[in-house]
Amino acid sequence: MTGRRRDGHAGEALRFTFDGRPYEGRRGDTLASALLAAGVRRVATSVTLGRPRGVFGSWTEEPSAVVQIDRPYSEPMVQATTIPLLDGMAASGLAGRGRLSAEPDTARYDATHAHCDVLVVGAGPAGLAAARAAAATGARVVLADDRPEPGGTLADTGGAVEGRPGAAWARAVAGELRALPDVRVLSRTSVLGYYDHTYLVAVERRGEEAVTRERVWRIRARRVVLATGAHERSVAFHGNDLPGVMLASAARAYANRYGVLPGRRAVVFTCGDSGHDAARDLAAAGVEIAEIADAREGGLVTGALGADGPGGDGGVRAVRVGAREVEADLLLVSGGWNPVVHLFGQAGGALAYDDHLAAFRPAEPFAAGGAVRVAGAARGLFTLAGCLADGEAAGSGAEPPPLPVPAGPPPEHVWIVPPLSPATIVPPEPSDEREPSGVRGPSDERGPSDERGPSGVRGPSDERERFGVRGPSAPGAREPDDPAGAGDYTRHFVDLQRDVTVADIALATTGAGLRSVEHVKRYTTAGTAHDQGKTSGTLTTAVLAHTLGAGLAELGTTTFRAPYVPVSFAALAGRDRGALHDPVRVTALHDWHVEHGARFEDVGQWKRPWYYPRPGEDMAATVLRECRAVREAAGALDASTLGKIDVQGPDAAEFLDRLYTNLMSGLKVGAIRYGIMCRADGMVFDDGTVIRLAPDRFLVTTTTGNAAAVLDWMEEWLQTEWPGLRVRCTSVTEQWATVALAGPGSRAVLAGLAPGLAVDARSFPFMTWRDAEVAGMEAKVCRISFSGELAYEINVAWWHGLALWKAVMGTGAVTPYGTETMHVLRAEKGYPIIGQDTDGTVTPADLGMSWIISRSKADFVGRRSFTRPDTARAGRRHLVALLPDDPAELLPEGAQVIAAERLPEPPVPMLGHVTSAYRSAALGRAFALALVAGGRDRIGERLHAYTGAGLVPVTVAHPVLYDPEGTRRDG
Amino acid sequence: MLLIPCPWCGPRDEAEFRYGGQAGVAYPGDPAALTDEEWARYLFFRDNPEGPFRERWHHAAGCRRWFGLTRDTATDEILGGGDPTPGGDPTSADASVPGGGR
Repeated sequence: MTGRRRDGHAGEALRFTFDGRPYEGRRGDTLASALLAAGVRRVATSVTLGRPRGVFGSWTEEPSAVVQIDRPYSEPMVQATTIPLLDGMAASGLAGRGRLSAEPDTARYDATHAHCDVLVVGAGPAGLAAARAAAATGARVVLADDRPEPGGTLADTGGAVEGRPGAAWARAVAGELRALPDVRVLSRTSVLGYYDHTYLVAVERRGEEAVTRERVWRIRARRVVLATGAHERSVAFHGNDLPGVMLASAARAYANRYGVLPGRRAVVFTCGDSGHDAARDLAAAGVEIAEIADAREGGLVTGALGADGPGGDGGVRAVRVGAREVEADLLLVSGGWNPVVHLFGQAGGALAYDDHLAAFRPAEPFAAGGAVRVAGAARGLFTLAGCLADGEAAGSGAEPPPLPVPAGPPPEHVWIVPPLSPATIVPPEPSDEREPSGVRGPSDERGPSDERGPSGVRGPSDERERFGVRGPSAPGAREPDDPAGAGDYTRHFVDLQRDVTVADIALATTGAGLRSVEHVKRYTTAGTAHDQGKTSGTLTTAVLAHTLGAGLAELGTTTFRAPYVPVSFAALAGRDRGALHDPVRVTALHDWHVEHGARFEDVGQWKRPWYYPRPGEDMAATVLRECRAVREAAGALDASTLGKIDVQGPDAAEFLDRLYTNLMSGLKVGAIRYGIMCRADGMVFDDGTVIRLAPDRFLVTTTTGNAAAVLDWMEEWLQTEWPGLRVRCTSVTEQWATVALAGPGSRAVLAGLAPGLAVDARSFPFMTWRDAEVAGMEAKVCRISFSGELAYEINVAWWHGLALWKAVMGTGAVTPYGTETMHVLRAEKGYPIIGQDTDGTVTPADLGMSWIISRSKADFVGRRSFTRPDTARAGRRHLVALLPDDPAELLPEGAQVIAAERLPEPPVPMLGHVTSAYRSAALGRAFALALVAGGRDRIGERLHAYTGAGLVPVTVAHPVLYDPEGTRRDG
Repeated sequence: MLLIPCPWCGPRDEAEFRYGGQAGVAYPGDPAALTDEEWARYLFFRDNPEGPFRERWHHAAGCRRWFGLTRDTATDEILGGGDPTPGGDPTSADASVPGGGR
């Protein structure tokens, strides 16, 4: 028990459990502050090395304290430092990956939009000043901040602003802003990404008490002020990952904001003034400060020593300062401050390395499109007064105050202890020798460090053990109980969450020869954990600079990518999940299909009846029965989903002539023509029927899945190429419900339903349409067949569709059939399905449909491409039928077709592939359609289809297998 | 997410639009008169400049109109407003910009 609650700190008690043990925290705690107050130092286990890890930071920069929340909600892999403590919370420490809950998440997630003149990111001193100044100009302002309370780190540092305690000042300013009508203040809202044209995405974590747990904000701003602050960073020394090693600013935050003392006796290791500020505050709060090692004065911490013995928690028990060992349970580190430039980088802003700050800051003037300003610590200003003035200027749009000009040359900054340079690096040995000179094996892999997490966590790699770096002999000479020898950098951590050490980065350069931070990041994984290297990024560059003997400025940073903090998939999905993921379209007949046990298939967004099994029937039996019913009696299909486009205007016929390969202007009113559309490259795009309703009006049908694309295609040509044509196109898919009635019995059924309609073949010939009254409803009846049988398509108003279907079924002579039967029947006739038997590389001639290419029209879209050398060549793939030797053999769709009977050595010459395959009741066998090179010249030839299990012998046949003479068309 | 100025609806999010490639690539007046190479150039070849580019956009989830736009492909800056004549209005298009010289 080293951490404790500060004397006199009151607050409502909240009970929680961690790793199964009960604890008590206070309202206002984060899980991390509550754990520290309860004396829990070891929170998690590192992912690769299995080392104990504690709380290192105090907010989103945290790399170590990664936990799983199980109650009151389930959330895998979150930072304990950002989780508000709730009564009854249950959490546990992780070693690497978290666990997704098996229970469905019942919380609500949503998304909303905001538009503003000025978006201010961050509600610290600079952000509040910016928002206040922007609001004073009358601008619409959004102020987004990720903490529950405004003020940024004011509550951590206890600084006073405008004569008031900082936190109180921040609350007052935020309150004033909230009261303004054109200002929106979003707290607990992390801005995740900065996208094109000042579009930013944020996630608001509203909490368990809110109706919506999390809400995504999509914000379009005219101007953006980034007042995102700075992150403190560590120094690379031996054991800098142990529980009890903590950023100085974090310890200060725990003492001042949460009233929690994270240790009893502390050593402070600092490269600047902020370590002294933290030491002062912690001493005042009751922590004994054993020693302050200030790197500017030569004070160096050379190692943290863990409590590894019996009863030890693996955390800090002593700190080595120079060559001395100082007893301590807390080591505060301040290696400098990194301006938070993530969003600025995403905005396209350039960074500059500042030798005096020893950090990357935005290069000035800000060039990123002129819409973005950076203010305060994010810009590199580290005084409260400077931040306030800078924020005010940024908010009002005034010139930025100049950055202070430092006096004298920049001091030598300490990044690694002991120092490292190219001269001290020992290249890795090419041999298998385990311990080349200058290398010590990781002898501290004992005690708590050997407690591995769940299975799958691997130990140090051989590579890591073989690698060596020779350091100077002092400071840091090895002592008898010193776990680290001089020159051993295998426990100098750079990225705590990824277990990346100085040795790993040096290996990336000397072993793998890498010189770019981007490559080193990917080779070592530094900066790729879900803290995204907030505390490790600049240190990674610095270590690389030292190993290469290069400057930080020339190496730069890795690319800053969204999201700035982890975001749940649930929040990103919002309401677009389950039934709302994609619109579901159903026809007017849908409820009937459901009641009658139809199985459905998805075609685009449509639910189409696939087949209607009777009790005890499987799909194959159902489809054979349905096929037989259509071929021998009558069947009905819900064809309402076919795309329908009403094309009107004086130039409608001319327009269709230009888009279809065949002549539509010659169609008589009352007649119907099947047509194919090609893209300009000559490949089949869609097919369907064209019905001439009037001289200037056509009803065009499309395939179900292509309806929107065909309408877009028509609009594109009309608007961009032929604006002179007087034509209007309107989608009427959902105006007409369509029942396809097919089979030799269909004429009698229609005659019974439409006594006023002459249905004999002479009065109502194939490919014509009639207005008629069917079952008492106004209908357009078309004599069209997609099965080869005598067939009709009856169109009525959508709201009459169900009544028509019921009337058809009420005759007792009609079997409902689904899309599978429709597919079998059309395939027996060799009718292709565009998109199934074609794939964008197939011409009408490839389909054996040269007859549909008009010779009389001067031009149509695609025509010129038919004479291109590739389109006109012999040996193109043709649509043919394949008959397996074994009539029961159903070929898999996609099966490759080859000539050889035995599979030759690769590359195997491919002739084509199976596009459709079915069992046919009419043929008494299985068959397939396939695209085969020179297929029509191979009729009768034996080929082989590869099924995965082996080669299946097949015979090539003409694609029209059923009723090739077309005798059944007229019933 | 670009903010695209539709000449009919005003500035709208990119998600409402469909990209239509280079502007000013006219359908040839007499395709039959073209050589195979000329026809292939119409079908398959487009400019791909780094910098200003004249291109077509379709407000697919809005007014469904096609229009022309000049965009800097390096910065995504939109140079000037949307042009309601996607085929290329010679008075508003700039012949020095790829796609603009119809």
